[in-house]
Amino acid sequence: MIAHAIFFYTFSIIAVVSAIMVTASKNTVHSVFFLILDFISISCLFIMIGAEFLGMIMLIVYVGAVAVLFLFVVMMLNVAQQKNQWFSGQATSKHIPVGLIISTLIFFEIIIVIGGWKYKPEIFDINNSLANTSVSNTHSLGQILYTDYIHVFQISGMILLVAMVGAIVLTFRQRSGVKKQSYIKQISRERAEGVEVLEVQSNKGVKIDD
Amino acid sequence: MEYLSIVFQEVYKILFLIVPVLVSVAMIVWLDRRVWAFVQKRQGPNVVGPFGLLQSLADALKYIFKEIIIPSSSNKVIFILAPIVTMTLALIAWAVIPFSATQVLADINVGILYLFAVSSLGVYGIIMGGWASNSKYPFLGAIRSAAQMVSYEVSIGVIIINVLLCVGSLNLNDIVIAQQNMWFVIPLFPMFVIFFISALAETNRPPFDLPEAEAELVAGYQTEYSGMMYAMFWLGEYANILLMCAMGAILFLGGWMSPIDVYPFTLVPGAIWLILKILLLFILFALVKAIVPRYRYDQLMRLGWKVFLPLSLTWVVLTASYLFYFNLLPVN
Repeated sequence: MIAHAIFFYTFSIIAVVSAIMVTASKNTVHSVFFLILDFISISCLFIMIGAEFLGMIMLIVYVGAVAVLFLFVVMMLNVAQQKNQWFSGQATSKHIPVGLIISTLIFFEIIIVIGGWKYKPEIFDINNSLANTSVSNTHSLGQILYTDYIHVFQISGMILLVAMVGAIVLTFRQRSGVKKQSYIKQISRERAEGVEVLEVQSNKGVKIDD
Repeated sequence: MEYLSIVFQEVYKILFLIVPVLVSVAMIVWLDRRVWAFVQKRQGPNVVGPFGLLQSLADALKYIFKEIIIPSSSNKVIFILAPIVTMTLALIAWAVIPFSATQVLADINVGILYLFAVSSLGVYGIIMGGWASNSKYPFLGAIRSAAQMVSYEVSIGVIIINVLLCVGSLNLNDIVIAQQNMWFVIPLFPMFVIFFISALAETNRPPFDLPEAEAELVAGYQTEYSGMMYAMFWLGEYANILLMCAMGAILFLGGWMSPIDVYPFTLVPGAIWLILKILLLFILFALVKAIVPRYRYDQLMRLGWKVFLPLSLTWVVLTASYLFYFNLLPVN
């Protein structure tokens, strides 16, 4: 039990501190690295409560894919220029109200969650949960996700697909005048199309039209 | 006292796993160079020790005594962290590899997901190194490598789903035992080929070694590294290659199982079979390095997204419908 507590507090302290550092650090790339550290310690916490599938999926999806894309974007930005805009003078004041509104909303959401825990403790009772049954974590998730919640699952998949198509449509542009390689064209080329044997008469030459 | 003895026991187990892995990484580098030389009708490293076996050790000693140079304009913390991250990630993945039904450090429920997660984290060492160097070639190499690894991970993930459909469990030991009657390489042969090629791309091996393409990018993300830090990148890379071979052996070649289930073969311990299978896959890796020219970057991306992804997705549908139609789905 002591070892459990030690690990729990280590991971949660790392999670909270790195979450603070995401917003506090001035270098945006450092922020993303702290975000990654945060994700990793959260997934460690998931594993500690016995939700090993969620923890691993968190690692694969958030750390292995989403955060890599974050890093891509942030590294491409001109960080020095960005810093001047955000940290000097008037520009800052515009962001404060928006941030305040969002943070109050999140604060009330957290209060609702904690209130639920206070007033309906039986929902959060670990002894009633699936953790006690012999079915493994992955199996029980699959049994719920693909039976009772199949429509929600499918709808969330559709939303993601639509978002992906939208992003592609927004960034796609057809440039003209760019030479493109067509593999099928290259492979299916015959000798007859490419080679022409001509009689060349001396002092006259040949005229080749392209 | 009980805690202490448990801790010592675990440390002993971990050392018993990590030290052989590190030694075999050194040996595998030698093997790689020998196979490469063999294909090109050269001798390869054959001077230090018998058959040149101690060449990698000599190289390691040389790296240890070299000066570590940290560029003044680099981001020092991340610059130093990058090789450490690469090396650590390459080593922690070995915790779940089963060497026999009982010889496994951590027999966890989601073993294959753990392997997949750790190998997908491997990209961070490279990005961190490339960005922290604060120089053009490393940065270009890091960007290339990140895009490449993210793309090929997708198809590796889908191939893993193929195997999991036939097994019905994420535990690596269950995956091995499910191949008792037939190795998955036979029914899923196209997937094995795609897995092998994706593993080449995932570990930045030739013909997909664009992140460190010496003709274009000097040495890619490793350009600014020297001494022991460079050696750590190098060790991590080869440990990752070995890990990919082990993953291939477990997913498709029956892991620690003997090829034929008859008397003299079953006496050989499982670890030996697994090592032989890893070696077989690694020699294939080394041969590919010697005989295939480097891909162009757009061709690499096309292969990943337009060829491998649709193919492996179609194969998932095929496998699933076959298993469903003949009522072979593993249900427990």
